[in-house]
Amino acid sequence: MSETADQIFVIMQRWLVGHAPAGLQSTFSSLLSVIAILAAFASLFAVTTVLERKGLGRIQNRYGPNRVGPFGFLQPIADGIKSLTKEDVVPQAADKAVHFIAPVVLVLAAFSLYAVLPIGRNMVLANLDAGVLFFFAVGSVMELTIFMAGWSSHNKYSLLGAMRAIAQMISYEVPLILASVTVIMAAGSLSTVAIVEKQGGYTGILPHWFVFTPWGFAGFGLFMIAATAESNRSPFDLPEGESEIIAGYYIEYSGFKFALFFLGEYLGMFAISGLGITLFLGGWAAPFSFLTWIPSYLWFFAKLLAMIVVFIWIRGTLPRLRMDQLMSFAWKFMLPMALLNLVTAGVWRFSPQGALRWLVCGLLVVVPYLLLGRGMMQGWKLEKRIYRFAE
Amino acid sequence: MFTIFAILTVAGAVAAMSLRDLVHSVLALTLAFSGLAAVYLLLGAQFIGFAQILVYIGAVAILIVFAILLTRDKGATSQSIFGSFWIGSITVVLAIVAILARVILSSAVTRPIAPPQPEATMQQIGNALMLRFVLPLEIVGLLLTAALIGAVTIAMREEQETR
Repeated sequence: MSETADQIFVIMQRWLVGHAPAGLQSTFSSLLSVIAILAAFASLFAVTTVLERKGLGRIQNRYGPNRVGPFGFLQPIADGIKSLTKEDVVPQAADKAVHFIAPVVLVLAAFSLYAVLPIGRNMVLANLDAGVLFFFAVGSVMELTIFMAGWSSHNKYSLLGAMRAIAQMISYEVPLILASVTVIMAAGSLSTVAIVEKQGGYTGILPHWFVFTPWGFAGFGLFMIAATAESNRSPFDLPEGESEIIAGYYIEYSGFKFALFFLGEYLGMFAISGLGITLFLGGWAAPFSFLTWIPSYLWFFAKLLAMIVVFIWIRGTLPRLRMDQLMSFAWKFMLPMALLNLVTAGVWRFSPQGALRWLVCGLLVVVPYLLLGRGMMQGWKLEKRIYRFAE
Repeated sequence: MFTIFAILTVAGAVAAMSLRDLVHSVLALTLAFSGLAAVYLLLGAQFIGFAQILVYIGAVAILIVFAILLTRDKGATSQSIFGSFWIGSITVVLAIVAILARVILSSAVTRPIAPPQPEATMQQIGNALMLRFVLPLEIVGLLLTAALIGAVTIAMREEQETR
């Protein structure tokens, strides 16, 4: 029974494909998967916008949207209709073609990221031999679209915003990829499906996820920080800032094109969270051995929603960084940590199992963390802030 | 399929040379790069195909764009895209094309018996890089690190002078 529930979408797809003419079956099969991915993640986007606004509202001691539908949960429909009916203003000085292409390519690239994410058991669009490489390659295309958007508007603020965004994304791509390389080393494969399979199996009730190793824990932390920066989310939302550069690279976008940027940004965030889940949190595997009867795709989406909630929580809690802090954090803390973590993963891989391995690798992670942290904190004076007028 | 991507690549390259606006040229160049990547993927070389996208679109194109934006602020140039030496250039180009055509026509590729297609999986590339070619890889790494440090040193010295 649980087996059927787990594979229900795969079975349904096979059944539907069986009705197609013989020559078109493979095309039809991919088409079905693409439609499923589009529908699932576009609706997740809709849900997330409400969740984010309500969550942030609660953190900031207000209600958030609560007028459209029950508890405001139909808000995304209202937003969608609004952005569709709004006037699409293109500045006269703008480079019209590039201005139009940028959001389209961004959303295309963001959707194609999902091609290599295993959403459930046997549920991946393309099991590529070089899946992780594909993910980062497509991710790098998104950087170019941001430049296209910022430059084609011919607005100095949007250009500055684009430059900021690209500088930030390039800086954080290095620790992001280095943190993923540890997993690739441990799994011995670049295929996302093989990486998830490598994390299968349980000791007692606990799973063999990579996050439960010293290097995996550090790698997951580094990956998530870099992922936050890569998806331009607070506290790394420097590319837009009302007081400095207004809305960054999408100032000159209005109406549905702006909605496309919004969609692309959120899709990028989901995709990179999905990659984090695949690499470190066992993909679609259940967290305890006695919970394996719950279908695999539900686990994937549960983990994804948990990640989204953490993203919202971080956004509501942390103040944003300054540009120089952002850069020095990337190059002076994240990069050395990621490189040392690579060494740790190598030591872990080639040392015999036992408590000694845990001790050595744990020290290899904790000591550099403390030392680097101390190094970064030098020159900081941390003391109780004295308010002159607010006491 | 090959024809489509070949046309895309060539069209991108031609556009990169002939467009007036430098940024447009870069965007056309990325089109050529991605067409090339698609050709690699068609040949079954996944690693090279994706590495092409990652390195050329993700890094080289962005680098060129930064270089353009930091060095000049004028948009399109008004002068003709043909320089004054175009007759000389065309002779040189024709000579190179003739030499290349001669070499290609006399090479093994055009002979009717095709060699067995090598299957290069990710695993094999990794093994080859880490076992047989590990020394060249390390040397390349060292060289790039040296270049990186050199670039940073040059940048730092300039900053001191301007102060």
